[in-house]
Amino acid sequence: MILVNNRDRVSWQMGMTVTDLLKKMRYSYSLITVSVNGEVIPHEDFESHMVPDEADVTIFHLAHGG
Amino acid sequence: MADVSNLNTDAIFERNVPGIRGILSEKSVAVAGCGGLGSNAAIALVRAGVGKLIIVDFDTVEISNLNRQYYFIYDIGKRKVDALSAHLKNINPNVEIEAHHLKLTADRVDEVFKEAHLLIEAFDRAESKAWLIETWCIHFPDRPCVCGSGISGYGSTETLRVQRAGKLIICGDQETDMSMGLISARVAIAANMQANVAIELLVSGKI
Repeated sequence: MILVNNRDRVSWQMGMTVTDLLKKMRYSYSLITVSVNGEVIPHEDFESHMVPDEADVTIFHLAHGG
Repeated sequence: MADVSNLNTDAIFERNVPGIRGILSEKSVAVAGCGGLGSNAAIALVRAGVGKLIIVDFDTVEISNLNRQYYFIYDIGKRKVDALSAHLKNINPNVEIEAHHLKLTADRVDEVFKEAHLLIEAFDRAESKAWLIETWCIHFPDRPCVCGSGISGYGSTETLRVQRAGKLIICGDQETDMSMGLISARVAIAANMQANVAIELLVSGKI
């Protein structure tokens, strides 16, 4: 089981990548930053970075404006 | 204007929370972007007693900035980093400011921010926020990155929040987009949330 944003529980699968997790959660929003167990994962690594079981994942939305 | 040459500038901080000034005076904070978030956060950090700021922005002050950014009519046309440096020095003449008038790119993050203990991310565009966060975390994985996301509109004060994951902290509602318009009250709340988180981390003894 993976915990996302301290709220949503998502079942874990062997070999699950960040991209797989985002698809499973139906995330289509591209302007995000993803942290897995406190480590920020670069966008270019989403397809290769494995999410371990019991991972604590945070998905931040990035909105324009500064 | 009063003669300030003989002022005891330590007295600026005599109403501060006791014990934090000494710690903050040894700290260096990077501020990436000197718009609504960056300029207001920088002011709060200098008022708290942070010893050094590294500020970066490529822009000049325009009249449309005055509704939310820490600039004045007489700043129009000046480089933002120069105008902001002057305002910061007018609060604490002893603060050290390293000002970079440039458009920051990922390949320069390491060099420009090498001395910073913490980053205030204050860019405009979400895409830019993304690469800056990723680049900072690659180069400085042990140093906090305090970002702003979702600061537009007015009201909905209760939706402004702080979300943390490891060394990454995001302040804002993570939803409202600048296309709906930006107004000082809400932008400055988010900027001061960033500064407040930064102060908390800097005095924590962990960085």
